[in-house]
Amino acid sequence: MQNYTGVDYFNMDELLSEDEIMVRDSVRDFVSAEIIPIIEEYNRESKFPHQLISKMAELSLFGITLPQKYGCAGMNSVVYGLAMQELERGDSGIRSFVSVQSSLVMYPIYTFGSEAQKDFWLPKLASGEKIGCFGLTEPDFGSNPGGMITKAEKVDGGYLLNGAKMWITNGTLADIAVVWAKLDGKVKGFLVEKGTKGFTAPEMKGKHSLRASVTSELIFDNVFIPEENLLPNSDGLKSPLMCLNQARYGIAWGVVGSMMACYDSALNYAKSRIQFGKPIAGFQMTQEKLVYFLTEITKAQLLNLQLGRLKDNGKLRFQQVSMAKRNNCEIALTVARMSREILGANGILDEYPVMRHAANLESVKTYEGTHEMHTLIIGEDITGLPAFS
Amino acid sequence: MKIAVCVNHVPDTATKIKVGPDGKKIDTIGVTYIVNPYDEYAIEEGLKLKEKISGTVYVIGLGGDSHKESLKKALAMGADEGILLKTDQDFDSVTVAKLLAEEIKSLGCEVVFTGKQSIDFDNSATGQMISEFLGFNCVSNVVSLTIENGSLEAEREIEGGREVVKTTFPAVITAQKGINEPRYASLKGIMAAKKKVITEKSVAQSTSKTKSLGLRLPAPKNPGRILGSDAEAIKELVKLLREEAKVI
Ligand SMILES: Cc1cc2nc3c(=O)[nH]c(=O)nc-3n(C[C@H](O)[C@H](O)[C@H](O)COP(=O)(O)OP(=O)(O)OC[C@H]3O[C@@H](n4cnc5c(N)ncnc54)[C@H](O)[C@@H]3O)c2cc1C
Repeated sequence: MQNYTGVDYFNMDELLSEDEIMVRDSVRDFVSAEIIPIIEEYNRESKFPHQLISKMAELSLFGITLPQKYGCAGMNSVVYGLAMQELERGDSGIRSFVSVQSSLVMYPIYTFGSEAQKDFWLPKLASGEKIGCFGLTEPDFGSNPGGMITKAEKVDGGYLLNGAKMWITNGTLADIAVVWAKLDGKVKGFLVEKGTKGFTAPEMKGKHSLRASVTSELIFDNVFIPEENLLPNSDGLKSPLMCLNQARYGIAWGVVGSMMACYDSALNYAKSRIQFGKPIAGFQMTQEKLVYFLTEITKAQLLNLQLGRLKDNGKLRFQQVSMAKRNNCEIALTVARMSREILGANGILDEYPVMRHAANLESVKTYEGTHEMHTLIIGEDITGLPAFS
Repeated sequence: MKIAVCVNHVPDTATKIKVGPDGKKIDTIGVTYIVNPYDEYAIEEGLKLKEKISGTVYVIGLGGDSHKESLKKALAMGADEGILLKTDQDFDSVTVAKLLAEEIKSLGCEVVFTGKQSIDFDNSATGQMISEFLGFNCVSNVVSLTIENGSLEAEREIEGGREVVKTTFPAVITAQKGINEPRYASLKGIMAAKKKVITEKSVAQSTSKTKSLGLRLPAPKNPGRILGSDAEAIKELVKLLREEAKVI
């Protein structure tokens, strides 16, 4: 197999540092060698490839932007974005695993945790020895997490947790769940360890999307959480929303990887599939599709890079992340569906990656804030009129 | 132990090579360069040896400024120090081997790993010639290496099978695919490499023993032909295989 060389129509590499390129290329090679050859099988059987965890940890892919003293790489947000892009060229489910571990578990422990929590958990999460999940969504509260029912009650030496979470990535695998619950009406973060009495995490079955990723319910039935497992600096709903903002940033980059995979597959197929005596790539309507893919990939790459530079300079506004997540997920889904069209009947087979990406992107467009919610966030920003409360 | 790994910087295997305007060099415009794939096995073998018996891994390259990219990758994989023998001249294998051998000697390395060949000019000669200049033992085309109590036991790939060879330090090993799985440059490794040095040295005046007169691309392949879709076509196919292609 030839090395995958990426899409760089606008010489974007000139805007990246040597380290950023080196990381991207290293993760790219890893994805080509370790993820792409196995992913269809795991997707078909709806299994998560556990063997990748230690390999990804060896590459230092967990908590990329966190300090080295916790065993992390301590690199910038552009590097984090590029790594997510490459991982999602492999599969959105694998990227989701890394997003959750990094942005939704390590980030809140780093940001809202005590020194003891950071010292204990971050190195173990960085090395992949421990896996984490993030429980915010509930059966009756998705786009509106502020309405959550899960609650914590102060008791001697800690808290009693009751309620249920749903749609939780990595839930069944996780050694540690970052769970958001109301304490005296205010949202707080709690670390719930696997095996704690009254806590179960059954896997949700029957997904048509993100099949190589584990999605679970978390059920809390009078679960005792010791005082030291409260995230002391978490403070209201804005704390989990800060985590989501980190993860959304990674998704904006990640889906460009899906687009790259679909474009590559569609372009190669179109050049070799002969109909009416010539390659279908020679027909104007196919060319229009391919040009659309390349143009949208290039636009998304430039959008992401500036987003990353703003983040690294501390100038990023969350509405900008919403715009990138909203735009890129929508376009990625369109690119995947149109790639499927170019592949004709072959497009529905798992010999090609496009249908898997298309199915995965349905989840990616919904989680971490649906397309509509990001519209409303930007809408409020430009009009000053909130369309939701 | 001081361990030397020689690393070449070569056009990516996916590159479509074009001959440059002078007819003697390739056109480098738009060509991406990578660590010579066989040298990645050499780097990995050097790192494994260091992890086993401790020591320092020096990665040595000979070429222009851009060679530093490959040396940096080797440092990110875990090598300790880089040395670039800097030159814009193109040398033949024997001259490259001589210059590398001089550097390895001055560093005092006892073991040298190279790839079994560079995928650009395919001479498959540098490692063996380094051993000759240094007076080291040499095992080439190695697919498996065990080092125990100062003795090296290597399996070499030979036509139709494997040869098992035993030797001692100092030695040069040229690595073939299969000897190991080269590690990826990790993000932490890339960060650590920022603090590692690549020393640039100018190379001694040298002249190659051979001179390249020119490069030629292979003749383009003839397009395929469809002879038909029924049994009749088989007769025609056999005839053409015999008379035109002369393969049966
Ligand atoms: C595979 C997968 C993994 C996930 N992983 C996690 C995880 O790890 N942790 C976690 O906490 N959650 C996770 N989620 C949950 C995800 O974040 C939610 O599904 C998402 O927030 C949407 O919530 P919902 O599904 O309840 O949809 P709803 O909120 O019920 O929305 C349904 C539809 O109504 C629209 N809608 C809702 N309100 C408005 C409004 N005011 N105006 C206009 N339209 C509106 C939505 O945009 C959507 O189209 C995951 C989801 C999936 C599919």
